[in-house]
Amino acid sequence: MAGAAARSSRARATEAAAEAVRAPSLATLLLAPAVLAACEREEAGAQYRVFGGNPEFGRALIADYGCTACHAIPGLGTFAGSVGPALDGFGARAYIAGRLPNRPTMLTAWLLDPPAIDPETAMPALGLTEAEARDIAAYLYTLR
Amino acid sequence: MAAPRTLATTALRAGLLLALAACDGPQSALAPAGDGARELAGLWWVMAAGALVIFLFVLGCALYATRVAPRAHPDFAGTWFIVGGGVALPVVVLSALLTYSFVLGRDLSATLGPEALRIEVVGNQWWWEVRYLRPDRSEPVVSANELRLPVGEPVELLLSATDVIHSFWLPSIAGKRDMIPGQVNHLVLEVAEPGVYRGQCAEYCGGPHALMAFYAIAEPANDFTAWLEREAAPAAAPEDPFLEEGRDLFHSSGCGVCHAIRGTPADGQLGPDLTHVGGRMSIAAGILPNNVGTIAGWIADAQHLKPANKMPSFNVFSGQELRALAAYLASLE
Repeated sequence: MAGAAARSSRARATEAAAEAVRAPSLATLLLAPAVLAACEREEAGAQYRVFGGNPEFGRALIADYGCTACHAIPGLGTFAGSVGPALDGFGARAYIAGRLPNRPTMLTAWLLDPPAIDPETAMPALGLTEAEARDIAAYLYTLR
Repeated sequence: MAAPRTLATTALRAGLLLALAACDGPQSALAPAGDGARELAGLWWVMAAGALVIFLFVLGCALYATRVAPRAHPDFAGTWFIVGGGVALPVVVLSALLTYSFVLGRDLSATLGPEALRIEVVGNQWWWEVRYLRPDRSEPVVSANELRLPVGEPVELLLSATDVIHSFWLPSIAGKRDMIPGQVNHLVLEVAEPGVYRGQCAEYCGGPHALMAFYAIAEPANDFTAWLEREAAPAAAPEDPFLEEGRDLFHSSGCGVCHAIRGTPADGQLGPDLTHVGGRMSIAAGILPNNVGTIAGWIADAQHLKPANKMPSFNVFSGQELRALAAYLASLE
């Protein structure tokens, strides 16, 4: 239950971050170009909103699938795999796997079937559902 | 003032949470789901309650002596107190508890006849070999790192080890029992409720001892029998070309020197049997969920995930080869 408490506080943090992703204020939308020009990365821009993705579910799915066997992922403590890239700051990364521009639709497509996009990749298709891929993408975009 | 109080409250909450954390979950001696564990939990509560009574009594005496009547007492009172409270009471209480725990321990290590289901569990650094001995005395069914149990049937575990002393501990189902090289220890258990329980090596066995765990899956007897039939069968040959590539890589890369896949040339005995590895809940002795991704990650970097374990990291495959190999293993259900 201590774990659950830690989880829920982390979940709150995730939720808050997700809130920022989901509901950028009008001002943010209007000022987005200016903000981007100033390299301000406090709030995720509209381009990172994952339609229907729940970062809290995403975090749980990442634990269930054991993504940390290959990736070091902030917020998931058991393992910090070094087979694939560490995913800290993923929300601010320009490219996915060095192949695709980092956009939600691209990321869900990648998560669903990496070899379809890069036949040489070591990352297998895990049999995620579309909804699961969106949730995981939503969590990854909270990592900034 | 506010800060220390907040700190104290936080500490208290954390303490309570920690205390409660042990009360449920798949690996708790206080959430028994088997006969042995239930009796041990009973013993634990009796001991805890007894300790509490004695503690309160001693505390009461201390308070009496320092606050209520802080003066010299007559000699005979002191003598009575030391002989009664210091000798007689512990002798009686400890003898009773000792007898209780001996009787309980004897019941738990009873042996069943060969007509019962017996399972050999062999501790290795840092994994478990599991061999189901069938009543008809045919070849044992070999598996690893996962224990399947029929619900409502007594099962006898024959516990041993190949290298160093390990300890089998499945807290929700039964007590802890050492696994000693050159000796077989017996543990009888009976699971009352279907479910997934987690166990762990409870005797430090070197290096990644903390990463030597397993899952026990308890299911109705019919399901268990059907599972055992499937588990006894050799691995099915892959039909998909990608899986065939994985199988060929498995054999050409020498995986079979350490691992066995029944029905193929791979017959290594140093590592876990992989005949039906894809059907298990976890890999690497209970530490990672089992899917094509974690299998690939484990093959590529086993030493990073479980430092000093006996499987080297094989980052020698191309990305596609690694996926094929992992897909083949995941397909072995």
